[in-house]
Amino acid sequence: MAQPAVIPNVRVVTLTIDDRDLSAREDETIIEVCRENHIPIPSLCHLDGLSVWGGCRLCMVELEGQARLFAACATRVAEGMRIHTMSEKLKRYRRTIIELLFAERHHVCAVCVSNGHCELQWLAQKCGVDHVRVPYRQAAYPVDSSHEMFRLDHNRCILCTRCVRVCDEIEGAHTWDIMGRGTDCRVISDLAQPWGTSDNCTSCGKCVQVCPTGALVKQGTSVGEMVKDQHFLPILARRRHAQ
Amino acid sequence: MNTKKITVATAWLDGCSGCHMSFLDLDQQLFDLIAQIDIVYSPLVDAKELPAMVDVGILEGSISSEDDLEKARLFRKHCKLLISLGDCAVTGNVPALRNQFKLTDVFNRAYYETATVQAQIPTRDVPALRVPVKPIHGEVAVDVFIPGCPPRAGAIGYVLTELLAGRVPDPSSVTRFGA
Repeated sequence: MAQPAVIPNVRVVTLTIDDRDLSAREDETIIEVCRENHIPIPSLCHLDGLSVWGGCRLCMVELEGQARLFAACATRVAEGMRIHTMSEKLKRYRRTIIELLFAERHHVCAVCVSNGHCELQWLAQKCGVDHVRVPYRQAAYPVDSSHEMFRLDHNRCILCTRCVRVCDEIEGAHTWDIMGRGTDCRVISDLAQPWGTSDNCTSCGKCVQVCPTGALVKQGTSVGEMVKDQHFLPILARRRHAQ
Repeated sequence: MNTKKITVATAWLDGCSGCHMSFLDLDQQLFDLIAQIDIVYSPLVDAKELPAMVDVGILEGSISSEDDLEKARLFRKHCKLLISLGDCAVTGNVPALRNQFKLTDVFNRAYYETATVQAQIPTRDVPALRVPVKPIHGEVAVDVFIPGCPPRAGAIGYVLTELLAGRVPDPSSVTRFGA
């Protein structure tokens, strides 16, 4: 479950991130400490208020003395840790991951309702992705417009599972889940039924608001009109876990 | 003609010409640019043939037909530096949306289902369409990418100015996919 209750008398550890001396609670993850200290780390699956997924691999960081990379969202800080977030190797990996996301499905920014408000698009610019070096897969995915208020476009889904987690952990409905493997992998409502026929969807729209791209959007929006608001999430998450 | 000027050639392949329009939107800045560059071949000028050697080639639009492919190869062969201008050239963008469908379905949609008079598929004097639609760098090597639909005039001006100054531009600092 997301966010275990805050442990009293938690210890404070000291560490360095990109050669900056910092202190943090020992129950914090690296990405939380980075966000508190305004150290930019790209991520698409992590969202404050939801459980850790560790799937997008954009937040990978280097730890001194360790040969492999670590996901900043899924690694707790420890005393004496020396973390590097901006090496040339990491930048190269991040660019490649973003390019692969663009190549996998149809992210045609110019005709997307989320154009200008999309985390994938924004990260591509931030990470210097000005073209995609691998060939586009060009596979067609379905669009589910059966819900009267919202729409799901699988072509723009990056499988971050934020929708699955927010529906389960915050709304408590668990309408969404994941089905299939590899390129067939997709989010499903209920047991792969059209979204509009779902009995347990409460139409709260939390999944739409947390979706980083134009995969989950409001019906009736045109290019660039889909602006999302995620402010509700940390507030609701805190209240839920305080119970 | 001042022989010291940098020569520039442009062409639009499968695009809407919006990127060329955005280039013209540089307005007053065009005068500063024209002092340094000579546009030797372009839809914007009268020259009918691409010179043997050009310093900078700028391509708008994706590679959707045999004619597009021929032009892209011609530009690569004759241009020292090749720029992909706009999302169609950089990603395939809107022209590449047809990659999801069979070419026969695309033709039927365009020339039969939506036709009101003389429904027929044109065959004379039109280049054959290719499958799939590709970005320019899907067929020929590209040196600089300027994403955007279209890239703002300022973004195009920035990249050209940086290149003229002998610097390597960072297009991501001024434009993005879908901008």
